[in-house]
Amino acid sequence: MAGRKFNVLPGFGLTMGFTLLVLSLVVLIPMGVLWVRAMELSWGEFWHQATTPRALAAYRLTFGASLAAATVNAVFGAMVAWVLVRYDFAGRRFLDALIDVPFALPTAVAGLTLASLFSDQGWLGRWLAPLGVHGAYSGLGVVIALAFVGQPFVIRSVQPVLQNLDRELEEVAATLGAGRCRTVCQVVAPSLWPALLTGFALAFARAIGEYGSVVFISGNLPYRTEIAPVLIVMRLDEYNYGGAAALAVVLLGISFSLLILINLLERWTSRYYS
Amino acid sequence: MRWTHGAWHLVAAAGISLATASGLAAAEITLLNVSYDPTRELFTAYNRRFAQDYEAETGHRVRVIQSHGGSGKQARAVIDGLRAHVVTLALAYDVQAIADHHLIRPGWQSRLPHASSPCTSTIVFLVRPGNPKGIRDWGDLVRPGVGVITPNPKTSGGARWNFLAAWAHATRVLGEGEAAAVAFMRRLYGNVPILDTGARGATTTFVQRGIGDVLLAWESEAALAAREYGTGRVVTVYPPTSVLVQPTVAVVDRNVDRRGQGPEVRAAAEAYLRRLYSEAAQDLIAQHGYRPVDAAVLARHAARYPPLKRFTVGEIAGSWRAAQKRFFGEDGVFDTIHRP
Amino acid sequence: MASHPHPPPSSHGAARISGTGEPVFVRGVLIALSVAFLAVFLILPLANVFVQALGKGWSAYAHSLSHPDSRAAIRLTLLVAAITLPVNVTFGLAAAWAIAKFEFRGKAVLLTLIDLPFSVSPVVAGLMYVLVFGLQGVLGPWLDTHDIQIIFALPGIVLTTVFVTLPFVARELVPVMQATGAEQEQAALTLGASGWTTFWRVTLPSVKWGLLYGIILCNARAIGEFGAVSVVSGHIAGQTDTMPLAVEKLYQEFNATAAFAVASLLALIALATLAIKACLEWNMRRKDRRERDAAANARRGPGPGPVALTAA
Repeated sequence: MAGRKFNVLPGFGLTMGFTLLVLSLVVLIPMGVLWVRAMELSWGEFWHQATTPRALAAYRLTFGASLAAATVNAVFGAMVAWVLVRYDFAGRRFLDALIDVPFALPTAVAGLTLASLFSDQGWLGRWLAPLGVHGAYSGLGVVIALAFVGQPFVIRSVQPVLQNLDRELEEVAATLGAGRCRTVCQVVAPSLWPALLTGFALAFARAIGEYGSVVFISGNLPYRTEIAPVLIVMRLDEYNYGGAAALAVVLLGISFSLLILINLLERWTSRYYS
Repeated sequence: MRWTHGAWHLVAAAGISLATASGLAAAEITLLNVSYDPTRELFTAYNRRFAQDYEAETGHRVRVIQSHGGSGKQARAVIDGLRAHVVTLALAYDVQAIADHHLIRPGWQSRLPHASSPCTSTIVFLVRPGNPKGIRDWGDLVRPGVGVITPNPKTSGGARWNFLAAWAHATRVLGEGEAAAVAFMRRLYGNVPILDTGARGATTTFVQRGIGDVLLAWESEAALAAREYGTGRVVTVYPPTSVLVQPTVAVVDRNVDRRGQGPEVRAAAEAYLRRLYSEAAQDLIAQHGYRPVDAAVLARHAARYPPLKRFTVGEIAGSWRAAQKRFFGEDGVFDTIHRP
Repeated sequence: MASHPHPPPSSHGAARISGTGEPVFVRGVLIALSVAFLAVFLILPLANVFVQALGKGWSAYAHSLSHPDSRAAIRLTLLVAAITLPVNVTFGLAAAWAIAKFEFRGKAVLLTLIDLPFSVSPVVAGLMYVLVFGLQGVLGPWLDTHDIQIIFALPGIVLTTVFVTLPFVARELVPVMQATGAEQEQAALTLGASGWTTFWRVTLPSVKWGLLYGIILCNARAIGEFGAVSVVSGHIAGQTDTMPLAVEKLYQEFNATAAFAVASLLALIALATLAIKACLEWNMRRKDRRERDAAANARRGPGPGPVALTAA
């Protein structure tokens, strides 16, 4: 442990030791066991388990739906953030406080209520069904659930940036004769990009691993509406521990890469805005 | 920092309540019955009666607690360490899987009458009122535009029986060869919009969420749904042929003989299963829509059970082990028919 | 949830600057669209929970919640949260202290590792514990011979909950502690306070809002976790079913009303969480403002006095 900054302060050994102990017991060792379990398969077997057609279909749905959901989040998130920051209207504070509902609401409750809303007899499904749109038990249902759980990420990333944006720049652009549209596109938008991207990545990462809300609203049909985490549970329930571990390692690798990407993004963002 | 003290008090209280909970448990015997999905109501009733009778006769207080889920999934949980004293699963194969992991001693199936199966059942159709799609037989399920609800055979026992009943129709009734039968199954499962993990989830999907035109259900589950919702919402249809369903029970030897437990645990667990064959329990079984194995009780309730040809697993696939490997194993028929 | 961007301070007097606003028409459409979106996407699902829960009247509602299995689920959920919180608070304080007050190599790696549980699918978390503690797992046979139950019992449920909520407190505390720096603690130590006294009297008060914030978020997640707990629970009625699992089970038992009744309790907890969070943020903002004013005063007047050790 080289170069401590504040040598006077005590407790480095104690706190660091405790941190590493808990981290090892709760996170690292179980993760290591998962890794070992997956590596017990031969390389060919691992590859086979990780890339069965059913697994590929599950990845496709997981990534496709997560991407779609994160895109919905980005578009609506940017709009909502803009409205919440720039306009004053009755109920603004209330809506602002409600944005975090998906963070606080248990995913099972979210899944339950979304499934009941979008089922063909539900408050919303009733209007969509005649149009041939089925929100529940379809790929669309997966997107709906994922968009719900990921919604706060973009709004909460973009809001502070929008808040701190220097309005003078916009005024300058306006006085120089730029139309409002042009000002927003060329002055405001570029400074929002990093925050928007971070929010998008956070929502996407969350969506990849989401389980609770999706199992209620998706049909869990192999090849069609089965997401990767559901397939892991299926593999486990079929006594196929190796298969479950292989899929889990793939998912874990992806989440880990995303996490590193997000950390880089956040560092870039904070440098960008400081 | 008063709240930190509060938190520690909570932890201490938690510890104490745990300690008292285990102290109480010593006074009475707690049995865990790990079961499949559609037996919730049956065992709720049976557990109450068993506890009364057993205490009256032996003086031992018994509390039976339940865990329900898809049969295969439940067997997996027991194999992974869920401490079931008895298992009551949808089919013998799932009990055998537990025995294969040395939790149940070999020869378990001959320890209780009727191959350890205290009741039988069959698979029937549940349709919407008036049967608008005119569903009478298995062949009607593969028509385009018919929504079929059945759970996932990988995790549900009932779903495996559903599969076998449909397969029996294709091979035994229509006399199709393997390829044509696979094609039949592919069309059937092409009509399935949702695969729940257990039979109960499938019933919920069909009845409460209103999805699909026909539910492939346990005879008992169909009766329950009709009772819960009235025949105005669902109607039972008996196909001409189906499958002889044999739910299977066993004492989990490893868990009843665990050190630190007296012999009264095993005694209670064995009595719990043996009494399923008693006349009173067989009557209860009949009331919950299963078919009792006791001939006299069966005769008394004969009106509940319309006759239909029930093929056995042996007739359909030779044995459960063979059926499991051929139909539901990795790259088995079920896997192939879903591949686009 | 990989991180929680702090909500921004309130924006009073927004859109007052002339020349940079949108036409009233555009503004109206944008507000309408946003409100409609939030209504359909946030308010309707919440309202639906309560409407369905009370669909058969208050007595049915009370009856569902007083069922022994529901009560057991509520008790278990609270117990799990009560054990998880102190563990994660201790972990968060220790980790934040080590990370914020000291410099060492590999800090970024440590931070990433602490974040890891946020990005791991809850199902994978559950699976990991099955592979470690399950009877067919690494430690399973040993645990079994010593009659210790981890999965399908309380310890397993607590462990998975600790896992999924591990980063919450640490994530909140690290930036706060980094921002406050170490000068105050150093001053306290120079004045002869012991390490513990310094921690209790100086550090903790300065991070208490961040800590509370972390605790609330951690608590909400601990109460609501579904996927990970579902894998290790065993679903024994009245024993290992937490509230979210009870929701699923009741729904499958033809008892949608009871399912929504338990769900409504969870939704109420979520709403309470948000309310407390809003209060905390309001408090923090007020404190920020006070500090800014104080700093402004300080620049004018003499420097700040020695740190008051009785600040708590």
